[in-house]
Amino acid sequence: MTEEIHRIRLRVNGVEHEVAVPARRLLSDALRHDLGLTGTHVGCEHGVCGACTILVDGAPMRSCLTFAVSAAGSELTTVEGLARPDGSLGPVQQAFRECHGLQCGFCTPGFLTTITAGLAENPDPTEDEARDMVAGNLCRCTGYQNIVKAVCRAAEIAREDRDSA
Amino acid sequence: MKPAPFDYVRPGSLGEALQALAGHPEAKVLAGGQSLVPLLSMRLAAPAVLVDINGLPDLDHVRADADGVRIGALARHAQVLRDPDVARVQPLVPLALADVAHATIRNRGTTVGSLVHADAAAEMPMVLRLLDGSVDVVGPQGRRTIAADDLYVGPLESSLHHDEIAVEAFFPALAGGSGVAFEEIARRHGDYAMCGVAAVVAVEDGRVVSARAGYLSVSDVPAVVDLTEALDGETTPAALARAADAALAVLEPETDIHATADYRAHLARVLTARVVTAAHQHARQHARQEQS
Ligand SMILES: Cc1cc2nc3c(=O)[nH]c(=O)nc-3n(C[C@H](O)[C@H](O)[C@H](O)COP(=O)(O)OP(=O)(O)OC[C@H]3O[C@@H](n4cnc5c(N)ncnc54)[C@H](O)[C@@H]3O)c2cc1C
Ligand code: FES
Ligand code: FES
Repeated sequence: MTEEIHRIRLRVNGVEHEVAVPARRLLSDALRHDLGLTGTHVGCEHGVCGACTILVDGAPMRSCLTFAVSAAGSELTTVEGLARPDGSLGPVQQAFRECHGLQCGFCTPGFLTTITAGLAENPDPTEDEARDMVAGNLCRCTGYQNIVKAVCRAAEIAREDRDSA
Repeated sequence: MKPAPFDYVRPGSLGEALQALAGHPEAKVLAGGQSLVPLLSMRLAAPAVLVDINGLPDLDHVRADADGVRIGALARHAQVLRDPDVARVQPLVPLALADVAHATIRNRGTTVGSLVHADAAAEMPMVLRLLDGSVDVVGPQGRRTIAADDLYVGPLESSLHHDEIAVEAFFPALAGGSGVAFEEIARRHGDYAMCGVAAVVAVEDGRVVSARAGYLSVSDVPAVVDLTEALDGETTPAALARAADAALAVLEPETDIHATADYRAHLARVLTARVVTAAHQHARQHARQEQS
């Protein structure tokens, strides 16, 4: 079977890309292989681990459970798009660094995107809410204590940002 | 872990989508993909054609009125869960939806997709049966309504024909003098549960006049058991024990990597008592509100 190739436009972190992919190309693979955006990680490839989570029109979704062809027309944000305009770390990234929220870093991109969207919806989470925010993401080495602390710290940094703006 | 090749179409109208399905016996509908894509990636399914319905117009509605809640095929779990009118008209819908997967999955997965996927471990098929809801489907012969009792025919098997598309689900409103409750036990919040139970209880003058419970993960198809007779009007510990016996007489819990059959039976027993009690309380509260 010769596979049909679809020419699609993907808008990632504000930049429009044209890619040619077979329909079965997972969005996670299109980001990593076709666009070279290897910040999005792939763990389980069936929706369980959360490493591949990106933002689709601002809402966190599993890029391993979406086909690239279905994502054309949406505004995609990957971990590469979370830094501040001047290139310094965004609030969630900064908080992970301060709170020691990562060790090997494999799971981190999925946590960062999930928490970025979570804080947009709930800017002032309690510790329980912070824990619930990351309940769909697995981390094999850091443990969740520091990640939960980082969620609360990120909320604080974002608040400081808003107050000084 | 990559899907096998398939042809992909993204129709812009329901008519075109039906044509694409009719044109190929091995075509499959792609909605949120949160159940289908894992099956494709693990190569447990290899359809020749995927008909992506995400581009169809007018299917993402969520409407609640005095009769009940209508949910379009492209309404995502998250959208249904957020809707305050849904919670008011049929509180069991959001109670159960909150335990459907993780928020990230709910952002993409559709409630109608979950209903027709017909997983006995899923929350919403069980809730649809418990509430006597239905699903509207459109096929080459036109539109028909499938009652929940006729929808679930086997493990992961619904009575939808291969060339039909489910367009809308209907969950009836909470009736006067009735109450609902739901609880499940999962290893991690958001995972498929080892057992879950929902109940609808109706009262008159505080006494239970009708009680039904729905069960997930303890049978091949979403199970509903009538507990009215076993309870005999009450929710005393003895009545609740009788109700759990009645339920376990029809349930068929099985052992898998997550839990043994015995443990699932134990959970069904404990949860039956809890949710029937909670639904009874909710019914009395509801009845009092109606009087005042
Ligand atoms: C990690 C993880 C955890 C999950 N946990 C839970 C859980 O705890 N409880 C739970 O209930 N679900 C859970 N799910 C599944 C999730 O709820 C799915 O979204 C849902 O089961 C299917 O909806 P979908 O829109 O994604 O359908 P798809 O995956 O697109 O389709 C599923 C099936 O239904 C068919 N289909 C879908 N829509 C239609 C339609 N309109 N007409 C005809 N056929 C159609 C498809 O052809 C396919 O066979 C989980 C999923 C993941 C990845
Ligand atoms: S790689 Fe997508 S959820 Fe694990
Ligand atoms: S930091 Fe290693 S998996 Fe989370």
